[in-house]
Amino acid sequence: MRYTAKRFLAGILLLFLVSVLTFLLAELAPGDFLSEMRLNPQISAETVEALRTSYGLDQPLPLRYLRWLRSIAKGEFGFSFAHNRPVGALLWVRARNTLLLTTTATALAWLIAIPLGVWIASRQGGWTDRLSLGGISVLQATPELLLGLGCLLLAARSGLFPTGGMVSLGFAELGFAAKLRDLAVHLALPAAALVLGSLPILLRHVRSALVEVLDAPFVRVARGHGIPRRRLLFRYALPAAVNPLISLLGFSIATLVSGSLLIEIIMSWPGLGPLLLEAILARDLHVVIGCILLSGFFLVAGNLLADVLLYLADPRIQTSGTPR
Amino acid sequence: MARKSQSPRVRLWPPAVVLAVVYALAIGADFVAPYDYFAQNRSLPFAPPARLHFVDPAGNWHLIPFIHPLVERPGSYGEYVEDRSRIYPLRFFLEVPSGQRGFQRWNRRLFGVDEPARLCLLGTDGYGRDQLSRLLYGARISLFAGLLAGGLAVALGLALGAVAGYYGGWIDELLMRGAELCMTLPWLYLLLAVRAFLPLHITPVEAFLLLIAIIGLIGWARPARLIRGVVLSAKERDFVRAARGFGGGDLYLLRRHVLPQTFAVALTQIALLVPQYTLAEVTLSFLGLGVAEPVPSWGNMLATLQQYHVMVSYWWMFFPAVALIGVILSYHHLATVVQKRLGVVTL
Repeated sequence: MRYTAKRFLAGILLLFLVSVLTFLLAELAPGDFLSEMRLNPQISAETVEALRTSYGLDQPLPLRYLRWLRSIAKGEFGFSFAHNRPVGALLWVRARNTLLLTTTATALAWLIAIPLGVWIASRQGGWTDRLSLGGISVLQATPELLLGLGCLLLAARSGLFPTGGMVSLGFAELGFAAKLRDLAVHLALPAAALVLGSLPILLRHVRSALVEVLDAPFVRVARGHGIPRRRLLFRYALPAAVNPLISLLGFSIATLVSGSLLIEIIMSWPGLGPLLLEAILARDLHVVIGCILLSGFFLVAGNLLADVLLYLADPRIQTSGTPR
Repeated sequence: MARKSQSPRVRLWPPAVVLAVVYALAIGADFVAPYDYFAQNRSLPFAPPARLHFVDPAGNWHLIPFIHPLVERPGSYGEYVEDRSRIYPLRFFLEVPSGQRGFQRWNRRLFGVDEPARLCLLGTDGYGRDQLSRLLYGARISLFAGLLAGGLAVALGLALGAVAGYYGGWIDELLMRGAELCMTLPWLYLLLAVRAFLPLHITPVEAFLLLIAIIGLIGWARPARLIRGVVLSAKERDFVRAARGFGGGDLYLLRRHVLPQTFAVALTQIALLVPQYTLAEVTLSFLGLGVAEPVPSWGNMLATLQQYHVMVSYWWMFFPAVALIGVILSYHHLATVVQKRLGVVTL
């Protein structure tokens, strides 16, 4: 427990460091949101100056950082110039959309990867194993960018799926069932792209974890006792192979916010990805920092959760010493 | 069921040859590419890949393939038919007309057809620019950005990892905390974030160098940690201690005895990181944060696919994707081979 608390504090410290660093970098960056406005002949220099004052951009860096910290306490995470409202409100809506997409995709990927990985491992050395390993490496070499484009092409060609967005026009008027259906149809392709993107890594890990266990003497003994194959694989071998998988699950959770960035942009899913890209292009730096911190938070939380789960699943693991 | 299988035999030469050919083509783009990457032909936007023929309409066989020039189908917009009445045979070591030389240092091209016909083996883009030429020139940007960034990251990792592992103490602590900071943040986010704090409107050359610098500066962490690990055990090997006992200085020991032990890890890291960084360049250019038009990179070539009509109608715009997958697959294969040969275990 003390170990967990220590890790938690280390995580908080990391996030704090990241926020300081991003602020410093932002300070070093040439230009701000208003510098583009200064080029506009229709906006007078006085207006720009007044805006600078009202946003507090004329104040020294430490003061601005403190103001920003105070706004975190209020849940605002600074102020978005481009959207003209607190970053917090923007972030929550977008984060909800992103999490909807990524939790669906992650759950699906794991539900596919475990049985499939176990099956591939059980065929180790055979032609099915070779074939699936080949398929996995091709899939692994296919960048997410191209998976997204491929899904988009599928949507455009087949006409079965919408080519972007999260809901159709007139979503608000639909009944509950129709709403769910609409959402599911929009969710299908981005989720599929994400599943395909994460599947090869998951499959590889499940396979190699299981292959190791299937070599162990206890499995041979169990087989000698005539325990049926399926029971042997899922009740005997899988639990023994679960440790590396839990670490991987932590990684999955850690990337819940950040993993779908590119797919969201390509498939125009209204999540954090497009928000971040727009913010970068508009120099809306508080939004950029907010996005980075949120993803950093999930990273810390995911890794922490993995460690706790690992501890709960395997009593052999000691927390007193240095972590693994 | 659970017998240790003979791992499939891995050969070094297939991926190595593929990669060597691709890089050679990229370097030789001035000679191999039939046209300049910026040479537009507004009368042929989105022309499909040219078909090479061997039999002419009269039924005669030709030893050297030829093409029929494309003309717009009368009454249509952007649909092409072959003009069967005209024949332009493929010509090799063609001299480039001096008016069209552009940046060329070569006045001959590997192949092409006589004017006014144009040979676009992979079709053209929206400005009528030759896809094949752009793919080759784009390979220069994308592949070399990846290679240089990978080299930079591993070089930095080698230097910092060696220092951290060799000297230990507070230097080690500081460097490794920094590496953790770089590694905990999600990669693409970090890349975008660093890019966010740099100027947006820059020339392609600046963008190219900037990309390499950013990627290299973010990427040093993983090789540094691995190399530190190797150095930690390497410096305690008997022959290193013996050399120290004979009065070898730090610099001498590092250079002569410690660093050579890390080269296996460094080599594997290069094979693993270069495709990742090539992809990073492609991604950033795709998002409009990297190399900008008219200079081609595989990323900004793919970016045209974000337009609905391009994606649906012009399949030949997907060629950069095919090239990208091929390169990454070759690198993965190469990394596996190198890992097996050198007996390196990495994550």
